[in-house]
Amino acid sequence: MSTLDSTLAGEVTGGSWIARRARSGSRGPRLSRGLSGWLFVLPALSVYAAFVLRPLLSTIQYAFYDWNGITAATPVGLGNFQRVLTDPLLLSSVGHSFFLMIFYTILPVIGGLMVAALIQEIRLWGLGTVARTTLFLPQIIPGAAAAIAWVWMFSSNGAVNQVLSAVGLDGQTRAWLGDFNFALTSVGVIGTWLGLGFCTILLMAGIGKIDVSIYEAARLDGAGFFRTFTSVTLPGLRQEIGVCVTVTLIAALASFDIVFMSTQGGPGTSTMVPGVLIYQLGFTESRIGLASALAIVLTALILAVILPIQRFFREE
Amino acid sequence: MQTSVRDRVPGLILLLAAIVFSIFPLVSMLTAALQPQGTIPVGVSWPADPQWHNFVDAWKVADITPLLWSSIILVIGVVPVAALFATMAGYALGQLRVPGSGLLFLLFLFGLTLPREATIIPLYYQIRDMGLLNTRLGLILVLIAAFMPFAVFWMRAHFLTMPKELSEASAIDGATQWQAFTRIQIPLAVPAIASMCLLLFLWTWNTFLQAIVLIDDPSKRTMAGALQNFVGQYSTDVVLLNAGSLLIMAPTIIVFLFFQRHFIKAMIAGAVKG
Repeated sequence: MSTLDSTLAGEVTGGSWIARRARSGSRGPRLSRGLSGWLFVLPALSVYAAFVLRPLLSTIQYAFYDWNGITAATPVGLGNFQRVLTDPLLLSSVGHSFFLMIFYTILPVIGGLMVAALIQEIRLWGLGTVARTTLFLPQIIPGAAAAIAWVWMFSSNGAVNQVLSAVGLDGQTRAWLGDFNFALTSVGVIGTWLGLGFCTILLMAGIGKIDVSIYEAARLDGAGFFRTFTSVTLPGLRQEIGVCVTVTLIAALASFDIVFMSTQGGPGTSTMVPGVLIYQLGFTESRIGLASALAIVLTALILAVILPIQRFFREE
Repeated sequence: MQTSVRDRVPGLILLLAAIVFSIFPLVSMLTAALQPQGTIPVGVSWPADPQWHNFVDAWKVADITPLLWSSIILVIGVVPVAALFATMAGYALGQLRVPGSGLLFLLFLFGLTLPREATIIPLYYQIRDMGLLNTRLGLILVLIAAFMPFAVFWMRAHFLTMPKELSEASAIDGATQWQAFTRIQIPLAVPAIASMCLLLFLWTWNTFLQAIVLIDDPSKRTMAGALQNFVGQYSTDVVLLNAGSLLIMAPTIIVFLFFQRHFIKAMIAGAVKG
């Protein structure tokens, strides 16, 4: 997931570059120089076209066919898309990823905001380095390995049940990831774990950039903690919050590694998410058309969610 | 203004809670990995007699040595090429501003929102038709392409901050574009390239989906990809499973601890720059 995270983190800032260029209205230099400059773009563009754009077009094409990967494909028009939008399993997988947003996005952003607003600076006592390093660890280890750590945490003998027993909640212990009612929430907790540190660090870095004199002024005006938070901290962190929301939303919608390694979508289909379903349909059930249609819907969904959010957090 | 220390206590408690939360699963793994083999560990409990040799056994059982090599080969195949291609493209888009660079940039930018799932099925067939299924070369090509949007974006951002006079001056001096690029621009771009390489290393190492789809033989995959096979074989042996998983995580954690400042800076810059 970290790939996606940071890749998307990058995307966030792209908009402003374009806007800035458009505003300054700069044009390329002399044409001859420009044309030979194309040679510099060529290698990057060719691999990108061959192994990203071309397969993307193929996905779109596959989505209009019924194909098992071996025999001839039969065109089915919009049939696969119809299926995606009506089949309970496919729809519920999309629903699950929206539910996961609570854990992947809302909790980490709120948690990060609270820590950032309450502390503002962590350079004290050299806590900074330790805090940053540990908070960032979930972003560094492979998602697949994180899933294994959490499978163990959530197992019958795992630490989650141990902690519950220790505080007198013996009655609540269970095999979390095997429980139809709690598996999806448990997967969500893993998502919170992945995003919390990233959001906290990003927001703390952002709050350090807010002009101290604004806080000074707010205090002189008699603004309390809450007032300062809503009228200084939140507006000042607008861009950073936008980044956190974008990155974690995409992580929720396109989650694969964690779910694939922890539950495979089970028990039943209670934790099935589009990413895992695409894999299963495409590679184990050989229903390539349907898997492709779901992939297209997922991509469209991500764009539909991200673009308005981008615009909202970009407004000044 | 500095908030007084007392005002910060609630925040510090929250921060400590977040830190404990972040590290707790790893501690839980470690204590389980140190229990005597064949026992069924419970939660987090430091063993009376930590079995450090479990790691040696897990190394053998999970066959870590070839995995380590495989991941290193993949990194060597992916990172330098991706970095070179992206630096060249970033130079053209950010410094030379070739005609159509706005459009090209949008094209790359689009790739940033694309989930891996959107291309993985055709990629399988495409790589198969190229005869590169189950080879590292296939995975390397796919990864280089997958990293292009971010990498081009990153290098373009760097070259936008470089003064244009630099390339204009070298043009007057009669240097060819390629000379100007390799002798003047690249040396100045080293910090940006280095941070990008750290991220590319991390992402290559942690690649999962493409690795399990394109390579059947776990020993040719990334370490993360090999986990899938390992879990399938040892899901019931909690002690060895945890020890093996920790070994598989270790390389990135070690590299991260060495370069943590740069890593975090790069990841935050990647997010907020602009």
